[in-house]
Amino acid sequence: MSNSVIRIQEQDFDLSAEIAALRKGDARVGAVVSFLGTVRDMNDGSQIKGMTLEHYPGMTEKSLQEILDQAATRWNIFQTLVIHRVGLLLPEDQIVLVAVTSAHRGEAFSACEFIMDYLKTAAPFWKKEDTPEGSRWVDARVTDEAAMTRWKKA
Amino acid sequence: MKLELRFFASLREALGVGQESIEIPDSIHTIAELRVFLVQRGGAWAEVLADGKAMRCALNHHMVDTSTHLQEGAEVAFFPPVTGG
Repeated sequence: MSNSVIRIQEQDFDLSAEIAALRKGDARVGAVVSFLGTVRDMNDGSQIKGMTLEHYPGMTEKSLQEILDQAATRWNIFQTLVIHRVGLLLPEDQIVLVAVTSAHRGEAFSACEFIMDYLKTAAPFWKKEDTPEGSRWVDARVTDEAAMTRWKKA
Repeated sequence: MKLELRFFASLREALGVGQESIEIPDSIHTIAELRVFLVQRGGAWAEVLADGKAMRCALNHHMVDTSTHLQEGAEVAFFPPVTGG
């Protein structure tokens, strides 16, 4: 089983520092794959001034842990990391970081994409966007559901 | 049976409540039945929890479908499809 780190936080994070800490002291690691999600200034034709992220404390951590455990069962990976921000975020801000280490790149690439696809459909986070027309809750995307489903066939 | 209810995001806003302790009649066994019971409160409840609305539910922090059976003291959450990441 791999080591996993899950953090839900309002404050920003430093990608380089997080990855350095993740792989420190483990010379088996030959590959680190990370995904960084950031806030865009446009969505569905509206200008985005900012967004507020809400989550379900308690369930969020458990659901992410289950996703990381599944990834560790499926691929030969060493460390996994998920940092997800909540609260008020502005365009260009970092929202989410997923990082995976392994001996070779293939396992880390696949596991990282799997974790992100599952996070999108299974972890209890909700975005509310602030636009010039007022604020609105973001609707779930069908494409996210499809991205998650394809892992079930594999 | 006693339950802890939780509501999130657009549901929480529309209902004006984020959590509630509730005692339900013995005739209610599943989340689907609980949903019907809450709809009977009328007003925003009837609107927000109406059949056909995209909704997810969780029992004790695990996403489940509405046929799932309730347990004494369980935490039951209702929320829209998630949009994190």
